[in-house]
Amino acid sequence: MDTKPIYLDHAATTPVAPEVIQAMLPFLEGAYGNASSLHSFGQEAKAAVEAARTRIASFMGARPEEIVFTSGGTESDNFIIKGIALSRRDRGNHLITSSIEHHAVLETCDFLRKQGVSVTLLPVDSNGLVDPDDVRKAITDKTILISIMHGNNEIGTIEPIAEIGSIAREHGVAFHTDAVQTFGHIPIDVDELKVDFLSASAHKLHGPKGVGLAYIRKGMKITPLLHGGDQEKRRRASTLNVPGIVGFGRAVELADASMHTESSRQSALRDRLIKGLLSSIGDTRLNGHPVRRLPNNANLSFAFVEGEGLLLSLDMEGIAVSTGSACTSSSLEPSHVLKAIGVPVELAHGSLRFTLGRDTTREDIDRVLQVMPGIVHRLRAMSPLVRKGAVS
Amino acid sequence: MIQNGPYNEKVMDHFRNPRNVGVLENPDGVGTAGNPVCGDIMEISIQVEDDVIKDVRFRTFGCGAAIATSSMVTELVKNKTIDEALAVSNRAVAKALGGLPPIKMHCSVLAEEALRSAIDDFRRRQGKP
Ligand code: FES
Repeated sequence: MDTKPIYLDHAATTPVAPEVIQAMLPFLEGAYGNASSLHSFGQEAKAAVEAARTRIASFMGARPEEIVFTSGGTESDNFIIKGIALSRRDRGNHLITSSIEHHAVLETCDFLRKQGVSVTLLPVDSNGLVDPDDVRKAITDKTILISIMHGNNEIGTIEPIAEIGSIAREHGVAFHTDAVQTFGHIPIDVDELKVDFLSASAHKLHGPKGVGLAYIRKGMKITPLLHGGDQEKRRRASTLNVPGIVGFGRAVELADASMHTESSRQSALRDRLIKGLLSSIGDTRLNGHPVRRLPNNANLSFAFVEGEGLLLSLDMEGIAVSTGSACTSSSLEPSHVLKAIGVPVELAHGSLRFTLGRDTTREDIDRVLQVMPGIVHRLRAMSPLVRKGAVS
Repeated sequence: MIQNGPYNEKVMDHFRNPRNVGVLENPDGVGTAGNPVCGDIMEISIQVEDDVIKDVRFRTFGCGAAIATSSMVTELVKNKTIDEALAVSNRAVAKALGGLPPIKMHCSVLAEEALRSAIDDFRRRQGKP
């Protein structure tokens, strides 16, 4: 490979920022104390954890004691949804969520359904938006939690969280949002969004893997997922991941400093990529909302070709992306999100997701624009779905 | 860039440079097969002379393994008699490619089925069962 590799899969994970690594190192080396210990080793670790907690809380308009550190987005989703289902058992047994949630939410709801909880899966429109009115209509006197994601990980659509939050409040129903894709990328204020619970993960914002948070609004009772020690005010037992939490704190600090410039810079590059691909390659469509979308997400379908072939061809050019094609999923099912927004199966097959990051340059985007037409053309020439002359 | 992708070098070679891509002008038999597992499609056309497959072409809408197995099956049956071609199994195709990831074995079935369907079509045109 003579050209530099181009990583456009930041929604999967991001490179850990050097500053984050620097911040973590002391806690992997000398400062190895257990934050629960009373001696100075422990207290040093505890101080670092609490500094990170304060930093992160202020970033999202929360109080430090409302933040529970977890192992990541999946655990936070499981903790909040199962925890509410259990703690509010006597109040009801109905959950409302959407059909395009991350599997961490959908599979958790499905697990609870098998335990006798009833679940309403709301549809979305062709752009991937949940209609707040649908949420209102779905609420019953048995509803204990509404869980709607902030930004969709596949198609990038940003949901009307504040509007749904108002409805949830009117009805006195707790409201959770999975903000894994938006946290550190667009402004988040838990009061403005009117959420009671929120999930986030450090590795999506140049932090380390294996650490995330559950925001739990003051006064909200929740049953823990992990039982054991007294950590996190008995809301999550387990020795604190001190280096991870410190890294998370530093990653949030960096995101806070660069978020505004980065989101407009990345949006411009994203639009350049979308426009370029749509204009240079026929029979191509954009998936997700044209405007209400994550600054770093472009998801497109290329008719007549299959995503894995596209992905492998781009990888041969040193460009890393992801696809919603059935062929690359272990279940051999096409993406549930593309299905929910009504993308026909063959088009879902030929979908690619490009997700930009802080390290993405205009040259990177132009390189994608340069190689994509040839790649699609080559695969289309092999495709029996292309009638002679249908695609040039 | 990725040295240890999902496929070995031989599979990647056939994906990169597939042999016998396209459609024959005047085929003696054309067959298609659809993959019920993931919904992909393969099409094979053959030209037969004196019971020997003189030429063969394929087109595939499918993953890297589907493209590579289509390409390999065309290589394996070219200049073979119809009976020899019928003896080519999906396992033989996968083996000739140096193996496929287990989850991709079903893609090689597509190659075998498309070939059989092309041979069936050839026989039908010949008026043979
Ligand atoms: S053709 Fe779909 S997985 Fe191989």
